[in-house]
Amino acid sequence: MATAELTHTAHAHEDEHEHHELGFIQKYVFSEDHKTIAKQYLITGILWAFIGGLLSILFRLQLGFPDMDMGWLRPLLGGWINESNKINPDFYLALVTMHGTIMVFFVLTAGLSGTFSNFLIPLQVGARDMASGFLNMLSYWFFFASSVIMFASLFVETGPAGGGWVVYPPLSALPQAAPGSAFGLTLWLVSMALFIVSQLLGGINYVTTVINLRTRGMSFSKLPLTVWAFFFTAVLGLLSFPVLFSAVLLLIFDRMLGTSFYLSEIYVNGEALPNVGGSAILYQHLFWFLGHPEVYIVLLPALGITSEIIATNSRKPIFGYRAMIGSMMGITLLAFIVWAHHMFVTGMNPFLGSVFMFLTLIIAVPSAVKAFNYITTLWKGNIVFTPAMLFSIGLVSFFISGGLTGIILGNSALDIQLHDTYFVVAHFHLVMGSASFFGLMAGVYHWFPKMFGRMMNEKLGYIHFWLTFVGIYCVFFPMHYIGIAGFPRRYYSFTTYDATNSFSDLNVFISVAAILTFSSQALFAWNFFYSIFRGKRAPQNPWHSNTLEWTAPIHPEHGNWPGAIPAVYRWPYDYSKPGAKQDFIPQNIPYSATPESNLPHENEQIPMEKEIDALLDSQNEVYKH
Amino acid sequence: MVYLVGIVAVLFLVLTFVVLARIMRLAKGINPTGDNDGTQNPYMHPTGMSNKLNAFLMLAFPIVGTIAATWSFVQASNRFLPEAASEHGVLTDNMFWISMGIITLAFFITNMLLFVFAWRYQYRADRKAVFYPVNHKLEIIWTVIPAVVMAVLVFTGWRVWRDITAQAPENAYVIELVGKQFNWYARYPGKDDGKLGNYNYRLIEPTNETGIDFSDEASFDDFTATQLHIPKGVPVLLKIRARDVLHSVFLPHLRVKMDAVPGMPTKFWFVATKTTEEMRNETGNPEFNYQLNCTEVCGQGHFSMRMAMVVEEEEEYKAWLASNKSDLTNNPQYLSRVPANLKARAMKYIEAAPAAEPAPAAADSTATASVATASASLK
Repeated sequence: MATAELTHTAHAHEDEHEHHELGFIQKYVFSEDHKTIAKQYLITGILWAFIGGLLSILFRLQLGFPDMDMGWLRPLLGGWINESNKINPDFYLALVTMHGTIMVFFVLTAGLSGTFSNFLIPLQVGARDMASGFLNMLSYWFFFASSVIMFASLFVETGPAGGGWVVYPPLSALPQAAPGSAFGLTLWLVSMALFIVSQLLGGINYVTTVINLRTRGMSFSKLPLTVWAFFFTAVLGLLSFPVLFSAVLLLIFDRMLGTSFYLSEIYVNGEALPNVGGSAILYQHLFWFLGHPEVYIVLLPALGITSEIIATNSRKPIFGYRAMIGSMMGITLLAFIVWAHHMFVTGMNPFLGSVFMFLTLIIAVPSAVKAFNYITTLWKGNIVFTPAMLFSIGLVSFFISGGLTGIILGNSALDIQLHDTYFVVAHFHLVMGSASFFGLMAGVYHWFPKMFGRMMNEKLGYIHFWLTFVGIYCVFFPMHYIGIAGFPRRYYSFTTYDATNSFSDLNVFISVAAILTFSSQALFAWNFFYSIFRGKRAPQNPWHSNTLEWTAPIHPEHGNWPGAIPAVYRWPYDYSKPGAKQDFIPQNIPYSATPESNLPHENEQIPMEKEIDALLDSQNEVYKH
Repeated sequence: MVYLVGIVAVLFLVLTFVVLARIMRLAKGINPTGDNDGTQNPYMHPTGMSNKLNAFLMLAFPIVGTIAATWSFVQASNRFLPEAASEHGVLTDNMFWISMGIITLAFFITNMLLFVFAWRYQYRADRKAVFYPVNHKLEIIWTVIPAVVMAVLVFTGWRVWRDITAQAPENAYVIELVGKQFNWYARYPGKDDGKLGNYNYRLIEPTNETGIDFSDEASFDDFTATQLHIPKGVPVLLKIRARDVLHSVFLPHLRVKMDAVPGMPTKFWFVATKTTEEMRNETGNPEFNYQLNCTEVCGQGHFSMRMAMVVEEEEEYKAWLASNKSDLTNNPQYLSRVPANLKARAMKYIEAAPAAEPAPAAADSTATASVATASASLK
């Protein structure tokens, strides 16, 4: 450390302008500090996760205990419990719709990528803040406005949106077709439009910051995998969210201005509508052009976070750093050209189906490489099971288990039978829902000390992990069986599908497991909020990690480093290097300071350190406006 | 059951808070140590039992999990769908179980390695991790293996898909399925010409649920039913459409699924191989009936939007077709929509002598005109 500190002191007081005190509003509410914005995203995301989870518990009650007297829910749900004390079927659809929307967009997109891209990109690439703090602030407040509208839609008299989270027209375009397509859906569309604006503002910032504001010496080949993952995620979002925006906009036109983008030859409620020439399938193409990349938008950040945590806690370099980047790049590219595998049985040209099947199954290759690399990173490590590490290992297990069934669903011939059954529900909840959720949890446990300067309680973390991990497998593993038996999703009741074999015992089991899993999240909520105020004080670098954020003060001010930003001389994964004194060498330690552990090609880089140091002045120029 | 869940939930909550309280008390006693002063960091050098316990659970989980997974699979397997009752269904079922075999193998190998490594390489103060950042040979091997397996799966899957989605044979029986909130109609081409007549969504009314256009000669013998009859052993082509919102035709036992889209007719053809009777014998369930379910969310009644279905021998099917009166016969007032040059042929389907009073000429021409406009605008 000593060498690094020496180079810094000379420039320690160059950033005086960063230190003026901000008022409460500017510091905590309309903050332009990426760290505060990240925490805003995180806490909003956690609140949404509990709402989204609660909705799923409500419909699990209906599925597990169809005969239950739901009268006791009337204080919460009011008129949505009908006279016979059952959940109203329209409201059931609203529940699954809102659960999906909230979890996919508000928790796993905003809550995950919004939190960690914001928090980690500047700290890990060595920047004082995002490229534009103002746009970053706008990004959060657009998300906030979007959240408020989505939340308000839960209280509309005709109920929130109810056509599934994909809101396919014509159902979603015809308010007369279902209560869930009335005002609640208008709010849904407005909220999503704002959400997309928020994502674009955020994404532009992430990409710009990674490209332009890396500290001296931080070449792309020295970026931590987290930053690579956030970078690819932002690119995916920037290119695909606008397409969803167009889909949403055209749907708004169809609903409000009488256009016929998605409507043709419709006879509803005793009336033939004048619209002809539109295509309902067009919406599905536009939707899934975002919808599929969206899967990777929620998954890639989780994979990036996991890469970092597994390497740190195995005390080993991540295996195949370049292959990891390569496979993420492959996944990013392929993510754009597999969307129609959601549409094999929509009547799309079967030849297109063949093409999309081929492209879809290719994506299994980079995914498999990632899984193998994680496993090899554990091999001959010296593994410390922090809660973050446990959640990361859990993520890899979910990623494998859920990913493998994708090989079946990506096969168009097999998809005929399994499409829209519980097999699909089980598949994507494991690979995308649970895996990404575990990425979020792993990230929170790992970077909590950096965020709040305190530690979360580890033992509670262990209990939280094991209950959640076992619980999630108990929920989603048996769900495959129900899917193989052909049971369609989004069914209010199964007796109409098969009166003699409605899997009622298994559905009870799944519902109980879901309730217990959801309840155990209370441990996390307690641990999180308690530790913010009362947790043990965090040491400078609790996980002995190599990345730059741990060189910043325990409570970083706006600007992150009080003196000069540290330079970077090596990759982030020098763990347990033979010959080294410690089992980690942070990125800001030059090779000239570690002759005992340098590999031959690293010794050759020592002369270049002067060039890196010489960049300090021009780097400081960047921050002088 | 409800009470049981309630009790378990309450118990769980109480336990939670007991544990919380205990842990908080214990935690207070532990002094956080900074590690900048050279003392060992407690987080990366765990000394207590926790790390060992977590490592043990990493091993216990896959063992218990494997037993639970195997047991539950065996328990559930007798309730999986009965054997496929269509020609292509047998192919896709075989491919499904072969693919399942491959992924189950991969599932166990990779998960086992993950958990066993986690347990085996748990932290020990006297050990150092191996610095092993890359091995290109290994990476190439495990890129190529999944790529080859995928290639084989894609190729076999594509061949089956190509055959399933190929053009229906010329001799296929055509049946039209029309979905609406929240039931299905099947329109059969009738016993005489075997062809479905035109339709137009603007002609839909309570007596003409599928919007049959009676100005088309082929529609005279068409009839609409609320039960789906399918002949066994011959190709059947389903022509599928929807009136209002998306629906999806799902014949679980025949392994058939295709969306019904307003404004965009879709199709699916197949050969059924087992009659309802044969299925009853095979499943040992005298109550067995085939059915059609909706699998695209369509509103409140989505979950109960189904249609009874019968698979029968070809002769029985023909006899059933013949036993149904055409929609024109049931609704003779539509004779007024038939153009003058086809009236004579249409009269064949009008029962009992008093051929309904020919409608006033004015009304007749309006109806035809509006249909013409509608068809024109469709094009």
